[in-house]
Amino acid sequence: MPGTDADVIDGLVGIASGSPLDAIRARRPEARIHAQASYRALFAPEVPGDVTAQERFAVGSFVTGLHGETAIAAFYAAGLAASGASAALREAVDAAIAEARAQGPYGSYPAGPLSREDTAGPVYRVAADTRRMLGPRLAAAFEHMHLLVFHPRDAEPVRLQALLDAGWSTTDIVTLSQIAAFLSFQIRVVAGLRTLAGRS
Amino acid sequence: MADSVLVPPDHTVPVAFTRAQLDWLPWLEPLMAEALTDRHMASLVDAARVKSPYFRLLARDPDALEARTRTDKDIFYNPDAGLPRAERELAAAATSRSNGCIYCASVHARHAATYSKREADVQRLLDDGVSADLGERWNAIVAASVALTATPITFGPEHVDRLRRSGLDDLAIADVIHAAAFFNWANRLMLSLGEPAAAAHA
Repeated sequence: MPGTDADVIDGLVGIASGSPLDAIRARRPEARIHAQASYRALFAPEVPGDVTAQERFAVGSFVTGLHGETAIAAFYAAGLAASGASAALREAVDAAIAEARAQGPYGSYPAGPLSREDTAGPVYRVAADTRRMLGPRLAAAFEHMHLLVFHPRDAEPVRLQALLDAGWSTTDIVTLSQIAAFLSFQIRVVAGLRTLAGRS
Repeated sequence: MADSVLVPPDHTVPVAFTRAQLDWLPWLEPLMAEALTDRHMASLVDAARVKSPYFRLLARDPDALEARTRTDKDIFYNPDAGLPRAERELAAAATSRSNGCIYCASVHARHAATYSKREADVQRLLDDGVSADLGERWNAIVAASVALTATPITFGPEHVDRLRRSGLDDLAIADVIHAAAFFNWANRLMLSLGEPAAAAHA
């Protein structure tokens, strides 16, 4: 199950000890160690603070699900199940993923010469039935995670106010933002290295 | 007292991509420099970062910040072979251009120009966007970075082949992947926790 010390990126790419990709990762040893330390800090923290393990994995499942990366999403869904999430919550996460899929990056720039590059796309609002199952705190988090995944350049302070209004503190928001941002990295390293391995 | 969002002071909003030095104004309260514990200070990795509101905001989750920063440094600064520093910075700038992070693009376009001495090409990436013609090797690196930045990801075997044809070995290609992936991390924090401002003393 997730949360052990096995290297998550190695596991998800399928990097065997002694393989060419193992040797490549060994040339950037600090990046390898601290990508894993980032995973631990965000999903198995020594000091959990006010963001529960269940909330961390619910958000992780949602973010990885939105990327359409099946194996990675399955890993975080397993973490969600292991955190003691009810079947209803797990169904709500799956429902939210199905509702919220999009293609990014899109969004708007400050008015000016870049406005010609503005690209329209959906602003996610959790559907009423899904919201009831997620509760207001996770629903607000999911709406923000969707912004971070697909159209981060649309961010504005009012979006952070919505999280504060739903009961997340400033420190909680830093952690949630790091989860979405770190997973955006981890997913791309896994997908990229898997493609590279497939071309060897 | 309940937390609240910050209202940035009056400032000039940058409306174009630039290599000029920009400031960054937080939308959430950073920790006060005087209030930082030893753990917070250690999480900054570089003590000079205590001056940065961005890093003092991220220091609210110190374990996540420290691991982020050490990952970043190895991807960009590790001098052991692979992709030259200039092209790691190019991948960072292209990723930031694609996501629309004016602040991150300014920093890494500056670095890319400094290390490559190709100021005009870097400026073309900023002005014309990720489809600018920068010569085949840079075009291949930009295209790979953009494909890695798409959600869902569109990076495929054709990107690996094109990078190889441009002379990149597998360590260098792994560096492109990590540089683009890392800026998908950094762009999201910079874009969503505050905003850029034209420097007061440019």
